[in-house]
Amino acid sequence: MKNLKERSIHGLFLLNGIFVVTVLLGIFFLLVFTAIPAFREIKLTEFLFSADWNPTSYYKASYGIVAMIVSTFMVTIGALIIAVPIGIGTAAYLSDVASPGVREIAKPVIEILAGIPSVVIGFLGIVLVGPFLAKLFGLNNGLNALNGAILLAVMALPTIISLSEDALKSVPTTYQQASLALGASHWQTLIRIKIPAALSGILAAVMLGMGRAIGETMTVLMATGCAPAMPGSFFDSVRTMTSTIAIELGEVPYNTTHYYALFGIALTLFIITFSINMVSDIILHKQQRLTK
Amino acid sequence: MKRHIIKLVLVLTILGFTATNIFAQEMIQIKGSDTLINLVQKLSEVYMEKHPGEYIAITGGGSGTGIAALINGQCDIANASRDIKEKEVAQARERNVDPKSVVIAIDGLSVIVNKSNKTDKLTVGQIGQIFRGEIRNWKDVGGQDSPITLYGRQSNSGTYIFFMEEVLKGDYSNKMNHMNGNAQIVEGVKHDATGIGYVGVGYVKEVKGINILKVASAPNGYYSSPLNTQDVKSGKYPISRTLNQYVNGSPKGKVKAFIDFELSAEGQKIVEEEGFFPVSNIELHSK
Repeated sequence: MKNLKERSIHGLFLLNGIFVVTVLLGIFFLLVFTAIPAFREIKLTEFLFSADWNPTSYYKASYGIVAMIVSTFMVTIGALIIAVPIGIGTAAYLSDVASPGVREIAKPVIEILAGIPSVVIGFLGIVLVGPFLAKLFGLNNGLNALNGAILLAVMALPTIISLSEDALKSVPTTYQQASLALGASHWQTLIRIKIPAALSGILAAVMLGMGRAIGETMTVLMATGCAPAMPGSFFDSVRTMTSTIAIELGEVPYNTTHYYALFGIALTLFIITFSINMVSDIILHKQQRLTK
Repeated sequence: MKRHIIKLVLVLTILGFTATNIFAQEMIQIKGSDTLINLVQKLSEVYMEKHPGEYIAITGGGSGTGIAALINGQCDIANASRDIKEKEVAQARERNVDPKSVVIAIDGLSVIVNKSNKTDKLTVGQIGQIFRGEIRNWKDVGGQDSPITLYGRQSNSGTYIFFMEEVLKGDYSNKMNHMNGNAQIVEGVKHDATGIGYVGVGYVKEVKGINILKVASAPNGYYSSPLNTQDVKSGKYPISRTLNQYVNGSPKGKVKAFIDFELSAEGQKIVEEEGFFPVSNIELHSK
C-alpha cells in the first residue's frame, strides 16, 4: 500500500517534469515552424543584416532586424552596467556588513521591488525618469535608450542582489576565518577572498538578471520612444525586439509574411535568451562543484 | 467564529449571485481604436445607466486590433478611426464575417506642438514633409532654429494609417517616436519644446502646455483650426475624418439598440461633450 503511494507520487512528479519539458519543446517548435514561412518571401540575409524594419510601409515592406537587435543589446547592456555594481555592492553589504536587523528589513524590501508590475515602471519612465534625463543632459526629450536601461536596471536588481547574496553566503566560513587569521581586514577579506570565491555564482546572477532585462517588454515599449531607426547613441530612441512584437502582433492579419516575420523575431529572441540561460546554468554548476 | 463563517458565506453568496448575473447577461464586447475609446466608454456608461441589466465591455488596442478581433469573432463592435482595408474585408469574408460600418462621430485630426513653439500654422504639404523626415528644423517652416522631434502612433493605430495615407502619402521618418496612444503623444509634446504630434481632437481640448496648429490644404489657402466646429463640419479643415464602428452584418438586438443610442440626439450630445463633432446633419465630404 505504502509502496503504491510512493510510486504514484513518483509518477506524478515525473509527469510534471515531462510536462514542463514538453511545453518548452512545444514553444520552440511552434516558433520554428511559424517563422519558416516568413523566409519564402524575405531573404534571410535581408532579415539578419538589414536595419530597415517597416512592414506597413506606404511603398514596399521591409523586414530587417539589425536595428532591433542593437537596440535590445543597448538597453540590456546599459542596464547591466548600472545594475551590476549596485547589485553586487548591495549583496556584499547584506551578506557581510549589515546588522541582522537591517538585513531582516532590507531583504524583503528588495524582493518587493521584483514584484512591481512592469507597466508601472514604464509609466514612471515616462513621467519621472524621462523628464529628469532631458533636464540633466539638456535633451529635447527623455524617451531614449538610457531611460530604458535605467528602468531595466531597476527591474534586474532584485535578481542580481538576491542571487549574489546567496553566492556570497555559500562561500565556506573557513575561507573567511583563514583570511582574518592571517591578519587581513574585513574589507580585504570581502574584496580579495569572498567575492572571487563567489564569482561564478555572481556571474550566474548577472546572467539571470540579463535574461530578465532582455525579455522585458512593456517598460521599454513605453519609455524608449520606439523609433525604428538605427540608434546612434544612448540618447537616441530605440525599439527593441520585444516591443516590436508587442506593438505589431496585435494588429497583424494571420498567416501573412508580416505575421511570420514577427515569429522570426520571437525565435531570434528565444535563441538569444536560451543561450544566456544556458551559459549561466553552466557557470552555476561549475560554482556548485567548486564549493562542494 | 461561527458568526464569522455565516457572514462569509452570506457575502460569498451575494458575490456569487452578482457574478452569475453579469455572466448570464450577454455582454456587448467593443474593441479597437484608442482615439474612440474614451468617447465610447462615456456613451456606454450613460447607456448602461439608462438600461440597467445591460453590460458593455470596452477595450482599446488600436483600430487594427479591433478589426482583427471582429474578423476573428472576438468582439461585437470594432471601433476604427480609419476605413477598413480591402485586405481586411477579404479576410472577413473568408471567415463569413460581413463588416458593416456605422459613422458615429467626426474628428478633426489635430496637429499639436509645444506651447513654447512660435509656429502656429502649417500646410498639409509641410506636415507631410516634416513627418516624412524631409524638413528637420523648425526654421524651415518659419519657426525657431531647433530640430524637430516627431511623435506618432504605433502601426496598429488607425490614426497612424490615416495620417500616412492622407497626409504623408509616403513613409514615416524612421526617427519618429512611436507612442502608445493619443494621451502619450500629448504628454510627449507637452514636455518637448521641439516636438510635433498628431491626435484626435477629443484629446486636445482644454489641454495646457500645447498649441494646436491651424492647417491649410495649400500655401495660399485658408488656415483653419480643428477646434472650429464649422470648418470641420464643412470640410474646410483639411484633415478631418470619420470615426467608425464596424459590426458583423446589419446590427441586431442589443448591438442595434446601443448604436441607435449613439446616433440619437442624446448620444451625439455626448460626442460633442467629449470634444468630437456630431454626425447629424452633416454633409460628409468624401475622401
